[in-house]
Amino acid sequence: MSTPAGLTRATLVKDLRLEWRSKDAINSMLFFALLVVVIFSFSFDPTAEESRRIAGGLVWVAFLFAAVVALNQTWARELRNQVLDAYRVSPAPANSLFLAKVLGNFIFVSVLEALMTPLFVVFYNLRAIGPAYQLLVVAALGTWALVVNGTFFAAMSVRTRNREMMLPLLLFPITIPALLAMVEATSSILTGEFSAKFWIVLLAVYDVVFTTACLLFFEIVLHGE
Amino acid sequence: MKRAFPILAILTAGLLSYGLYGALVQAPTEQTMGDVQRIFYYHVPSAWTAFCLFFVNLVASIVYLWQRNPKADALALASAEVGVVFCTVVLVTGPIWARPVWGIWWTWDLRLTLTLVLWLIYVSYLMLRRFSSSGQTPVMAAVLAVLGALDVPLVYFSIWFFRTQHPQPVIGGGGSIDPRMLHVLLINWLAFMCFAVLVCWSRYHLEILRRQVDETQALESLLAAGRPR
Amino acid sequence: MTYLFAAYVATWVIHITYLGHLARGYARLKREIEELRKKR
Repeated sequence: MSTPAGLTRATLVKDLRLEWRSKDAINSMLFFALLVVVIFSFSFDPTAEESRRIAGGLVWVAFLFAAVVALNQTWARELRNQVLDAYRVSPAPANSLFLAKVLGNFIFVSVLEALMTPLFVVFYNLRAIGPAYQLLVVAALGTWALVVNGTFFAAMSVRTRNREMMLPLLLFPITIPALLAMVEATSSILTGEFSAKFWIVLLAVYDVVFTTACLLFFEIVLHGE
Repeated sequence: MKRAFPILAILTAGLLSYGLYGALVQAPTEQTMGDVQRIFYYHVPSAWTAFCLFFVNLVASIVYLWQRNPKADALALASAEVGVVFCTVVLVTGPIWARPVWGIWWTWDLRLTLTLVLWLIYVSYLMLRRFSSSGQTPVMAAVLAVLGALDVPLVYFSIWFFRTQHPQPVIGGGGSIDPRMLHVLLINWLAFMCFAVLVCWSRYHLEILRRQVDETQALESLLAAGRPR
Repeated sequence: MTYLFAAYVATWVIHITYLGHLARGYARLKREIEELRKKR
């Protein structure tokens, strides 16, 4: 467990195992996701034609809300048990911890998305006119963008007065270009009107830039005090 | 340093007045838009000033991360606040200009949208500073500022491409500009930059004093607790 | 045009509001400094 990669894997496995045993987060997130899909379906009831146009936006807003629920509890367990303090004094690289958290969140949110997508397809009679496999690429890159920044800002918000509110307040403005890209890419693929290539490249660049930046700065944020 | 303040204040007042005169009287009336176009002389310089202030914030944040100098942090805070003020002016004057000219309040115009996103990022920056506990606030805020700066080119490109796919009206007029208009524009920019320096300086000074008072108060209560009764 | 007037007025209202906020900050600081001075 002495290598950074080993530490990352160990932390990730521990988190997944804890979550699997208690199913705390996943149950609340699942139910929340279902509620969001149903409410959106009531509020926006378009024809099949229109729905392809707006589904991109709806789906990603729903995923965004579900992701925030997941992200908010990222560090809660660590905070409760003073684990963060232990990490601060240990020689272990802070990045390993961060990467483990990001991967864990990525898995959680991806599971959520996989469960919500069929519901959306059903409620909105969705069918992709463009290349559907690209949707997977967009989903992966987009989810990573949300999760990497979300985990980072969750760590920043952990010691603020208004913790749960602070995360979305910090996350939403900075992820605007990524959100725009996700929504536009999804709409382009569903309607088949435009090529989603530019948006996919933009998402990839966004992911690289912010993953690097978050990895660089996490140490500073962890040792903040 | 203290003497420079009143001198700069008088100079700024002069420049602002001259700029206002230029905007309302000197500058020729625009052909297609008429007098409403004169909003341009306040809208554009405010935007440029806001961007300069945010740049100052970025530099101050980097300096703080590098050297942990509290003065850099105070400057970062001051420039962010004043930047948000100027940004608000841009976001308010933009729609007021758009409404009579294009009949719509808002459009995903590149400059206006970029300004909106910057405004959102810096408001979130100011909220972080307000709500986080005083120990780590400067560091966290500085990191957020750097992340925000990294975001800006990405925002620019995403909006730019969005507009090529979904064409929108352009606020702010493109094309070449009459040299007399350019002259008035630059005068107003200079005036607002001087004004921004004054306000930022005041805010910086206030922050430094505030911190000294806080420290003294903390020391006082510490001493009071230790005094025998 | 009223829009032009509105834009210029709005600009200065925003600036003056912020300056007022600063002025109040200075006033509060002055009060606190006075209190500290009295304690000594």
